[in-house]
Amino acid sequence: MSIASAPHRHWKKPPLIKSAWLRWSLGLGAAIYLALAFGTTEINWTRVWEGIPRGAKFFAAFFPPDFVTRWSEIAEGIAESLWMTVVATVIGIALSIPVGIGAARNIAPAPIYYICRGILAVSRSFQEIILAIFFVKLFGFGPFAGVVTLAFATIGFYGKLLAEDIEDMDPAQAEAVRSTGAGWLQWLNYGVQPQVMPRMIGLGLYRFDINFRESAVVGIVGGGGIGATLNTAFDRYEFDSAAAILLFIIAIVMAVEYSSGYLRRWVQ
Amino acid sequence: MATAIKDGTKVWQRRERGAQFATWAVYLVGVAIFVYCWDLISERTIWAFALDAPAQAADLAARMVPPDWNSIHGLWRPIWDTLNIATLGTVMAIVVALPIAYCAAQNTTPSTAFVRPLALFLIVSSRSINSLIWALMLVTIIGPGVLAGILSIGLRSIGFCAKLLYEAIEEIDESQVEAVRATGASGAQVTAYGIVPQVLPAFAGISVFRWDINIRESTVLGLVGAGGIGLPLNSAITTLAWTQVSLILLVIIATVVVSEWVSAKVRHAII
Repeated sequence: MSIASAPHRHWKKPPLIKSAWLRWSLGLGAAIYLALAFGTTEINWTRVWEGIPRGAKFFAAFFPPDFVTRWSEIAEGIAESLWMTVVATVIGIALSIPVGIGAARNIAPAPIYYICRGILAVSRSFQEIILAIFFVKLFGFGPFAGVVTLAFATIGFYGKLLAEDIEDMDPAQAEAVRSTGAGWLQWLNYGVQPQVMPRMIGLGLYRFDINFRESAVVGIVGGGGIGATLNTAFDRYEFDSAAAILLFIIAIVMAVEYSSGYLRRWVQ
Repeated sequence: MATAIKDGTKVWQRRERGAQFATWAVYLVGVAIFVYCWDLISERTIWAFALDAPAQAADLAARMVPPDWNSIHGLWRPIWDTLNIATLGTVMAIVVALPIAYCAAQNTTPSTAFVRPLALFLIVSSRSINSLIWALMLVTIIGPGVLAGILSIGLRSIGFCAKLLYEAIEEIDESQVEAVRATGASGAQVTAYGIVPQVLPAFAGISVFRWDINIRESTVLGLVGAGGIGLPLNSAITTLAWTQVSLILLVIIATVVVSEWVSAKVRHAII
C-alpha cells in the first residue's frame, strides 16, 4: 500500500516567530547584548558581600517589626500621605475633566484638541519623582508640593483615558439628546456623561490607589508623606521601623485595592 | 419616571426625590472630606513660599536655557547603564515571575489551600512597593551601583508580570489542554504543548510592555544612588548646574519616546 511506504516524519512544535532568519538574528542579537551588558556592568562584589549580613538583619527586622519606637512619626506620615492622596486625586480629576473633554477628537475643535493633547503628553512623559523635585523647588518642602505633583500626574492619566472613553461613546445617544434642543452643557451632562460615568468612577478609584503608592515616593525628595519617614528610617539603619512602615504601605494598598474593586462592582 | 410639580405642571427630572437627596448627601460627605484634608495640608504649607512659585518657575526656566550640549559626552555611559538596568531587571523579573504565575493561576496551581495564597501575597507585596523604595532599601544593603538598580527594577516587576501572566493562564482554552492530555501526555508535556503555546504571545507582550515601563522607572533610580542617568541628574541638581539638568531631561524624554516606539512596534508585530 502506498500509505505504508510514505516516509516517517516527526511533528514539530511551530515556533513563535515564523521567519527562521528573524528568529536566529534576534537570538544572536540578544546573546551579544547580554554579553556586552554583563561585560560592562561594574559591580563591586566585595561591597555586595559585606552587605549580605546587613540584608539578613533587615529581613530579621520583619519578625517582629517595630511599630512602637517611632509610632508618632509613622502615624503622622501615613495620615499625611492619605490627606495628600485625597486632595491630589480630587483636584487632579477636577482639572482633567476639561482637559479630557478637550482632548476628545469627536467633540473638540482642532486647536483645542491639539492644546489638550499637548498638556496630556507633557504630564505623562515625566516620572512623578522628577516632577516632585521641581515642584519642591518651586513650592517649598512639605505636602503641598506632593499634592501638586500627584495632581499633575493624575491629569495625564485620567485625562487621556477620559478622552479615549468619550471618543468610543455611542454617538446616537448624544445625537438624540441634541435633537431635543439641548444646549451644549445640557448635551454634555445628559448625552455624554452618563455613557462614560461608570468606567470613569472605577478609574478614579484606581488612580486613588496609584496616588497613594506614589505619595510614599514623593516624600523621598521632600514632598511630604510617609516617604520622608521611610527615608529617615533607612538613613538611620532603623530597619525594624522601616519594616513596620513597609508593612503599613502594603496593608493600605491591599485595603484600597480590595475596597475599590468592591466599589467598582457596586457602581457598575 | 421621575417628575416634579412646578407651577401646576409636571416637569421631568432625572432622579426620584429620595435618590436625588441621597446623591446630594454623597456629594456633601465627599466635599467635607476634601475640605478637611485640604485644611490639614494648608496648615503645613508656608504659603509665602508657595505663592511666589510663578516667579521661581520663570527664574528656573531662564537658568535652564540653553541646554549644555557639551556635557553630553559624559552621559553615554549613564544612558547605557539605564538601558541595562531596565533590560536585565525585566529579564530577572520574568524568570522569577514564571513559577509564581504558574502557582497563582487557579487552573495550574499545585494547591489552592497553601501555595496559591502565598503566590498571591508575593505578587501583592512586590506590586505595592515602588521601585524607588526597593532601590532605597537595596542601596543601604548592597551598596550604591547598577546591581542595586537591576534588583530593584526586577523585584518591582515580578508582581506586575506574574499578575498579568496568571490572568492569561486562567483565560486559556481548557479544551486544548484536554486534547493534549487525551493523547496520554505527562504533566510536563501537557504544560509544554497545551498551556505554553496559548500564553506565549501574551507573555511576550507583557515582557515588552514592562520593559517600556522599566525604562521610565530606571531613569530616576539614580536619585537614591542606584545607577543610571539619575546619578548625573542628581549631581547636576545639587550643584545647581541647571543647563546640564535641562540637557539630561531632554535625554530622558528622548529615551522614553524611543523605548515607547520600540515597545509599540514589537507588540504590534506579536499580537
